[in-house]
Amino acid sequence: MSEVPVPEAPAAVLPRVSARRPVLVAVATLVGAMVIGVSVGPADISLPTVFSALAGHLPLIHYHSHTSAIDWDVIWQIRLPGVVLSGLVGAMLASGGAAYQGVFRNPLADPYLLGVAAGAGLGATIVIVESSGVDVSQVLPFAAFAGAVGAVTLTYLVGVTSGRRASTASIVLAGVAVAALLTAIQTYLQQQHEPDLQGVYAWILGSLGSASWSDVTLILPYVAVSAVVLLLHRRLLDVLRVGEDEAGALGIHAARVRLTVVAAATLGTAAAVSVSGLIGFVGIIVPHTVRLLSNASYRVVLPVSMIGGAAFLILADVVALNVQAPAEIPIGVVTAFVGAPFFLFLLRSRRTGVL
Amino acid sequence: MIIFDEVTVRYGDDVALSGVCGEVAAGEWVGLIGPNGAGKTTLLRSIVHLVPHEGGTLVDNTPTDHMSRRALARQVAYVPQKPEFPAEMTVADYILLGRSPHIGYFGFERSKDHHVCATLLERLDLTHMAGRNLTTLSGGELQRLVLGRALAQEAPVLLLDEPTSALDLGRRVDALEIVDALRREHGLTVLSAMHDLTLAGQFSDRLILLSAGRVAAVGTPAEVLDETILTQHFGHQVQVLHSPDGELVVAPRRSS
Repeated sequence: MSEVPVPEAPAAVLPRVSARRPVLVAVATLVGAMVIGVSVGPADISLPTVFSALAGHLPLIHYHSHTSAIDWDVIWQIRLPGVVLSGLVGAMLASGGAAYQGVFRNPLADPYLLGVAAGAGLGATIVIVESSGVDVSQVLPFAAFAGAVGAVTLTYLVGVTSGRRASTASIVLAGVAVAALLTAIQTYLQQQHEPDLQGVYAWILGSLGSASWSDVTLILPYVAVSAVVLLLHRRLLDVLRVGEDEAGALGIHAARVRLTVVAAATLGTAAAVSVSGLIGFVGIIVPHTVRLLSNASYRVVLPVSMIGGAAFLILADVVALNVQAPAEIPIGVVTAFVGAPFFLFLLRSRRTGVL
Repeated sequence: MIIFDEVTVRYGDDVALSGVCGEVAAGEWVGLIGPNGAGKTTLLRSIVHLVPHEGGTLVDNTPTDHMSRRALARQVAYVPQKPEFPAEMTVADYILLGRSPHIGYFGFERSKDHHVCATLLERLDLTHMAGRNLTTLSGGELQRLVLGRALAQEAPVLLLDEPTSALDLGRRVDALEIVDALRREHGLTVLSAMHDLTLAGQFSDRLILLSAGRVAAVGTPAEVLDETILTQHFGHQVQVLHSPDGELVVAPRRSS
C-alpha cells in the first residue's frame, strides 16, 4: 500500500486561498447597501429617523422611538421588504450564475442558460393574457415558477437523452433550443393580445418596486435551500475545474454533481424570477467581478457572489426606484446599464487587487 | 496488483480495444508501448472507468466493475496525457484535489489531508511554490505536481499516460526517476503508456506492446524491444542497439 506517512511534527499548514477577507468586504458592502436601501426613497425620511424607528421596534430593546406612524409604515411596509427581496433575488441570481459557470465550465453560463427565463416568461405571459383585466398578482409568481421549472426539466430530459453521454454541450444546446421555442410561443401570445403588451413587458423587464413581506416569505424557503446546497458544493465545483475526466478519475461523479447543482440553482432562480421578473446580467457580472477582484476558487466565488449579488441588486433597486421618481425604471435596465460598463472597466483593468 | 481481463472498447463500429488481457504484479512497473491509435490511452481510461467497456479489471483480486468512482479512485490513480491546469489555482489547492477520494461528498479537507499533501510537496521539492499560481510553474514542475496530486490519492496502483511527452530529455529522465523512486518508497504498482521506447526499456520491468487494439507482445524489455517485432508494428524500419553499459537503444532508420 502507498500510505504516505503522517509526520510526527505537523507539517507546515498549506497556504490556502482564504475566503475570509473577500467575505468580510462583501458583508460590509451589503450592510452599506442595506443602509442606503432603507434610507433612500421618494418619502423624505432622514437616516437617524430610520435607525431610531428600527431600534424602537427591535424586540427586547426598550427604546421609545418618536417616528411617526406614516414614516414607520414607509420603512416597514415598503422599504424593508424591498431591500430584503432585492437582496434575496440578487443573492440567488449571482450565486446561481456562479454555480452554472462551474458545472458547465463555461464563463458565459448564467442562471437562465437552461430555460428558466423563457419558461418563467411564458408562464407569466399566459396568466397575464388569459386574465383579461382581472388582478393576477397572486397567481403570477406560481405560473412563472411552474414555467421556469418545467422548462429546465424539459431541457434536462432532452439534453441527457440526446447524444452518447450526458455531455454538457448537449444539455446547453437543448437549453438554447427549449428557450428559443418557449420564447417564440411567448412572443406569439404577446402579439396576439396587444392590450396586455404593457403588462407582459413590465413583468419581463423586472420590478421589485411593489415588494411585500409576503413575496419574501414566498421565495425565502426556496432561496435558502438552494443557497445552502450550492454553498455545500463549493469544494466539488473546484474539483470540476480540472475537467470532467480528471474529476472522474479523482472519484467525482460529474454528472451527479451537475444534476444536483442545476436542480438547486433552478429552484432558487425560478422562485426569484417569479417575484422579480427577468433581471439580467447579475448572474454573469457579479461572479466574474469576484473572480477579477479576488480569486477564481469557488470557495471564494460562491459565498462572495451570494453576498455581493445581494448588495448589487439592492443598490440597483434604489437607482430604479429613485432616479425618475415617482416613475420606476425597470430594474433589468439598471443592472445592464450600470453593471455592463462597470464590468467592462474591470475587465480592462484586470486584476487590481482591491479585495 | 492489477489484472485486466478481456477488455473490449468500441466507439460505434470501430473496435478500439479487442479482448485485451494482462497483469501488473504488485510493485512492478509495466510499460505500455505501441504505435499511435493502438489503444494505450483507451486501456488506461477503461481501467479508471472513463470509457464504457466490456470485460473488467481486478485490483488486488477485487473486481472494480461495481465500485463507486470514489472507491475506485482510492485504488487507482490516473495521470492523463494532457492534464488541465485551471488558471488562478494555487499549487496547494491543486495537490489537495488529489485528496478528493478520501473526502465525503459535502466534506472538506481535514488536517490529515493537509499533512499528506505537505509531505508530498516536500518530497517533490515544490514546498516553496505552494502558494503560487499554476501558470507560474515550468513544464517540469507541473509534471511533478500532477504526479503529486495522483500520489495524494494514496492508491496502490498508478496509471500514467505518456507522463513525459511535454518535457525535454533531461526533465524526462528526472520525472521517470521520481516515479521510480516513489514506486519503491510506497510499493506502487505502475502501468505507464510510453512513447519513448528507449526510456520504456530502461524503466519498465516488463513491456506490453499494443497494436491495433490487441496485445501484440508481452515480456521483458529485451524480449519485446526486438527489431522484427517493432518494425512490424510501428510500420517503420527500427534498429535496436546495445549501449556499452548494456542498455537497449531503439532508433529509427531513415527511409532512403
